[in-house]
Amino acid sequence: MIRGWHTQLAQIVLVLLLAPLLSGVTRKIKSRLLRRRGTSVFQPYRDLLKLIRKEAVVAENSSWLFRTAPYIVFATTWLAAALVPTFATGLTFSAAADVIVIVALLGTARFFLALAGLDVGTSFGGIGSSREMMFASLAEPAMLLVVFTVALFAGSTQLSSISAHMTGPGVGLNISLALALIALIIVSIAENARVPVDNPATHLELTMVHEAMILEYSGRHLAVIEAAASMKLLLYVSLIACIFTPWGTTVAGSGAVAYAIGLGSYLLKLAAFGFMLVVFETAIAKMRVFRVPEFLSVALMLGLLGVILLFISRVPQ
Amino acid sequence: MLKALFGNYAAVPSHRGWPRFEVDAGTWQAIGESLREGKLDLLGEWADEAAVHCALFEPASGQLNIASIVASAGRVPSLAVFHAPAMRLERTIADLFGLEVVGLPDRRPWLDHGRWATRAPLAVRPGPPDSPGPYRFLESDGPGLHQVPVGPVHAGIIEPGHFRFTASGETVIRLEERLGYTHKGIEALLKGKTIAEGVAIAARVSGDSTVAYSLAFARAVEQALDLAPPRRAIWLRAVMAELERIANHLGDIGAVCNDAAFSMMHAECGILREETLRGCAAAFGHRLMMDRIIPGGTAVDLAATGRDAILSLTQRLSQRFPELIELYDNTASLQDRTVGTGVVSAALAAEFAAGGFVGRASGRYFDARAALAYAPYDALAVKPALRNEGDVDARVWVRIHEVQASVEWLEAAVRALPAGPVLNPAVTAPVASVEATAIVEGFRGDVLAHLRIGPDLRIERCHLRDPSWFQWPLLEIAINGNIVADFPLCNKSFNCSYSGHDL
Repeated sequence: MIRGWHTQLAQIVLVLLLAPLLSGVTRKIKSRLLRRRGTSVFQPYRDLLKLIRKEAVVAENSSWLFRTAPYIVFATTWLAAALVPTFATGLTFSAAADVIVIVALLGTARFFLALAGLDVGTSFGGIGSSREMMFASLAEPAMLLVVFTVALFAGSTQLSSISAHMTGPGVGLNISLALALIALIIVSIAENARVPVDNPATHLELTMVHEAMILEYSGRHLAVIEAAASMKLLLYVSLIACIFTPWGTTVAGSGAVAYAIGLGSYLLKLAAFGFMLVVFETAIAKMRVFRVPEFLSVALMLGLLGVILLFISRVPQ
Repeated sequence: MLKALFGNYAAVPSHRGWPRFEVDAGTWQAIGESLREGKLDLLGEWADEAAVHCALFEPASGQLNIASIVASAGRVPSLAVFHAPAMRLERTIADLFGLEVVGLPDRRPWLDHGRWATRAPLAVRPGPPDSPGPYRFLESDGPGLHQVPVGPVHAGIIEPGHFRFTASGETVIRLEERLGYTHKGIEALLKGKTIAEGVAIAARVSGDSTVAYSLAFARAVEQALDLAPPRRAIWLRAVMAELERIANHLGDIGAVCNDAAFSMMHAECGILREETLRGCAAAFGHRLMMDRIIPGGTAVDLAATGRDAILSLTQRLSQRFPELIELYDNTASLQDRTVGTGVVSAALAAEFAAGGFVGRASGRYFDARAALAYAPYDALAVKPALRNEGDVDARVWVRIHEVQASVEWLEAAVRALPAGPVLNPAVTAPVASVEATAIVEGFRGDVLAHLRIGPDLRIERCHLRDPSWFQWPLLEIAINGNIVADFPLCNKSFNCSYSGHDL
């Protein structure tokens, strides 16, 4: 019998270990689509190891904030990622932390990263932080509206319950859910600094958003930020998988076979979403910075529509 | 206009080809006024120890003359007072030769960053180095303005240059460039060199334009020494020039798209560029065709399989390239970035006499291959490419059309290649110093080479002017009112040379 807290522990370790692989796989697929050979899918692990072993160069005029922010970002993101059911629902922490906590944790991480970007006082860090906050001011409410739509639909803000509800009988195609899905995808793209909002592979300092904030980081600081960034991507993919494609997910406490199926289906989902993300990225150019708020307001409006439609289509009982 | 200016002067006999006139201060001022009125185009301004020269092109008549003014007591009057495009050229003259350009509005050094071993290294008596103090950037005042210094070390692997942005939020109020970081002292290096050494140095001024620079240098030498290259060599050189143009334009088109994070175009263009370079290697034994063009002809003949290599390349390009054009044209997200971004007005392009795709995307049709119709383009012309919008999109389209025109031209040229030798080695030393000027169309625009050869067949003075001299200032204006994040896109659509500019 595998218990709830075992599952929770496994989940905490899994997200940490699996996140760089997801980044590696997306990079590999992108390379192949661009007719390049690409680096190994395990390259992100090597990069992290390399960075951890390197000396961390810190600007002379940086404060304690600059040095502690990477760890805060890493810890909050890790915790948030550990709260999203990946292969099994019914996690121990579920009762204490629902999806709103996840949004709050990610918001905390963003807050500290933006402060760290400003801390050294370089112009790129400032530009990055200001752009990030501009995007966040729309992405966060959009994310909350998605949460409300789903929560109203499932009658709970706990991801385990939502996931269980989604696999249950009586959940068919629903316009509110469809709108919420699109909104969540848009938010995910923006939050993870992917094309068309940001370009994770760019070397053009003037166009960077996320990269501009962390331009001054090196060594172990950069390593934990990179690890946090890849965990964030994993988190969003897991979130979409957990709410909209909960099939195969096991429940904590079931047998070994169910766990194997849960894990297998989770990995499949990750690969599928990673592939779709990269295909989308390859087919589109990056937006102008001032187009991004328009793009995000689409997510906000869709989220809002989802909530309103849920209310008006609710049959009085 | 040129006739009116120089009708009373006799051309300097030592200058072959286009006539050169030594004028007085009054005529020099009249030149400045004609430039200001837009009747003449300034194609270059350079100095030697005791005089300043300028190349003037009259668009109305297609005539090209060179005017010189002798310095008196180290002082020469400025053209930049009348004509802003001469500003950086005259600052450079002051830096390199220590001449005092009287009336020059901007007296800050340009290439000299105060780190050279001597001051005015090309002057008759170079001075000791001085410490000029910090460089003062132009000021912009206003509430909420902030400066963003970028470079000279960039995050990507590109040449060094410093860009000082003054921005209001994301909107650029002013951009000021600071160049000169790749100054290598090419003009000093060329002094006293043999012609063979000289052409090797000229080929290395800007690696992506090695064919254009070798050709400009070779044509100037041939003009000065009355050396006629064989017909086959003339055609082979143009074949190389067009191949270089195709390869660079393909690289640029992909790179512009990549700066908008549309990497698919970058990858596909990269493949075609690579195939072009391999074709060059198969045809001429060097991917960039460096050191293939020498005064008197070409160093190598077309390889035995070269004709087939080029023809299969052109076939491949005319098959594959249209698909990429369609991809560019039909990707709305990409068009959204390029259309209307970084506009250069037609008036400014004309004032700065911007060559290449920068000028031709803003309605200034000057192509040395057509305007000066040097061989073999007089026999087989290249289809012109012209747009009027002046934005990033227009500059991409001019490149696209030029690739297509060059491919067509290559197909016709390779089939019509005359037979015969490729080198005329009969160099005879002149009795006294001789000089000449040549202009050829590189992929960026018109490359100017001026040189003076002594009776010992050594180079007394050689000046090479990159087209970027008249394009860099326009980039400062193109970005005004755009957002900071669009600068890389604008910059890549200009793709000016740092190395060719800094010399």
